[in-house]
Amino acid sequence: MEATTQKIELSVTVNGTRYERAIEPRMLLSDFLRHEIELTGTHVGCEHGVCGACSVLMDGEPVRSCLMFAVQTQGHEITTVEGLGAVDALSPVQQAFHEAHGLQCGFCTPGILTTVTAFLETNPNPSEEEVREAISGNLCRCTGYQHIVDAVLLAAKKKQAS
Amino acid sequence: MKPAPFAYYAPTTLDEALSLLSEHGYDAKVLAGGQSLVPMMNFRIAQPAVLVDINNIPDLAYINAEEGGVRVGALTRHHQSETSPVMARHAPLIYSTMPKIAYPQVRTRGTFGGSLSHADPSAELPTLTTTLDAKFRLVSQCGERWVSAREFFLGLYTTALEPDEILIEGFVPELPPRSGWSLQEVNRRKHDFALAGVAAVLTLDESGICQDARLVFLSVGDHPMYAERASNLLKGQALTPEAIRAATELATTEEIDPGDDIHATADFRRHLAKTLCQRAIEQAHQRAQGKQ
Ligand SMILES: Cc1cc2nc3c(=O)[nH]c(=O)nc-3n(C[C@H](O)[C@H](O)[C@H](O)COP(=O)(O)OP(=O)(O)OC[C@H]3O[C@@H](n4cnc5c(N)ncnc54)[C@H](O)[C@@H]3O)c2cc1C
Ligand code: FES
Ligand code: FES
Repeated sequence: MEATTQKIELSVTVNGTRYERAIEPRMLLSDFLRHEIELTGTHVGCEHGVCGACSVLMDGEPVRSCLMFAVQTQGHEITTVEGLGAVDALSPVQQAFHEAHGLQCGFCTPGILTTVTAFLETNPNPSEEEVREAISGNLCRCTGYQHIVDAVLLAAKKKQAS
Repeated sequence: MKPAPFAYYAPTTLDEALSLLSEHGYDAKVLAGGQSLVPMMNFRIAQPAVLVDINNIPDLAYINAEEGGVRVGALTRHHQSETSPVMARHAPLIYSTMPKIAYPQVRTRGTFGGSLSHADPSAELPTLTTTLDAKFRLVSQCGERWVSAREFFLGLYTTALEPDEILIEGFVPELPPRSGWSLQEVNRRKHDFALAGVAAVLTLDESGICQDARLVFLSVGDHPMYAERASNLLKGQALTPEAIRAATELATTEEIDPGDDIHATADFRRHLAKTLCQRAIEQAHQRAQGKQ
């Protein structure tokens, strides 16, 4: 069998909406999200797994969308930053980032928000050290991380209060 | 698009996957977690014509305690190993090292079998499985064979796997009583691939004399570097500071082969290996005495 650009039918749920597209197998999940279904909230930085900007949730677990082929998500559920909350109804994590100044340029933010959302599900009351571990796979060039850590700790408090 | 075109198969049985590999030979690659293969495809360093995605084959992800050790399925994600009480109990060296491997989002996808098959000389699992004397089950359409870790890792990204074989599982023996273990490494940033590292396991006899020892280095050679002579030097000895120094000296002058790259010179890696080796033996010794 030769390498092929022949398209494959993909059916995947993203942020609760079912999408059906015919795509080449080599299309990365990150490119699928941004170019095919135009959810440009997911950012791409390095495209080889290092920076974390492209992190999304697959069945609730954080993954690098630049290190998966979109065809691999057949039948799975993807959550991107767009699925966490809306501008007028921020999720607790988004609200905490807003209040604690957890971002500057915002490039790294979608990957961090998705990762942190999953993290707080499994660890609702983390220590600062655990927060730093949880975001160790997300590079931020702006903030120096201090306010991001503050925001995650604040988000944990908010979630517990609610 | 970044990767070159390929034909994609997502078999749901092992037989189907093996038949695809046998049909396509060197043109095909297994896709497990994709955390090493996909970056290489994004760079087009790897351009396989056919990808055989094994993620839809059921029952390849497990960590089971067995007589004498633990059996780990090829598709076991790093995250599973990191959080498994069975791994913690029966292979604490692997369990305690998992959080050092890459980042949370990489560990949700990266697999036990993928890391071994990829055989990056800087990766932890090849070195840990060599240190623990693990063996791997390789299966093809023609049958199956068990290969010991020491015979599996042949060189830079090179293993005993034939193109039509899949690594299905590993068996990691449990350490006997009065054993201790340690992994020491130095990274430029936490979670990066190590500049140099070493794993040590030791078993003492009732009087505290070293009965068995294995020292295996990472990132200082083309594959996990088993320092056999230095390991043998420790056997039959009381682990005095002098004995530890002598084994460390032998291992790091004669039994490793560090290289230069943009991250570190060979000399610096050797220097690190020496300090780390001493610490690893000391920590393993402490643990073997029940002190940690
Ligand atoms: C940013 C980043 C940092 C990382 N840091 C570390 C680190 O510090 N330490 C570390 O050890 N690793 C690190 N890794 C690598 C990670 O652990 C990978 O998950 C692992 O090396 C490969 O496993 P995989 O399942 O993703 O394999 P894949 O990428 O799917 O496959 C790798 C290779 O193995 C072959 N293969 C896979 N499974 C099998 C099988 N069952 N049988 C036969 N062949 C098979 C594939 O064909 C391919 O050639 C890092 C990765 C990234 C992206
Ligand atoms: S774009 Fe995926 S990790 Fe950098
Ligand atoms: S806010 Fe700019 S990269 Fe993080």
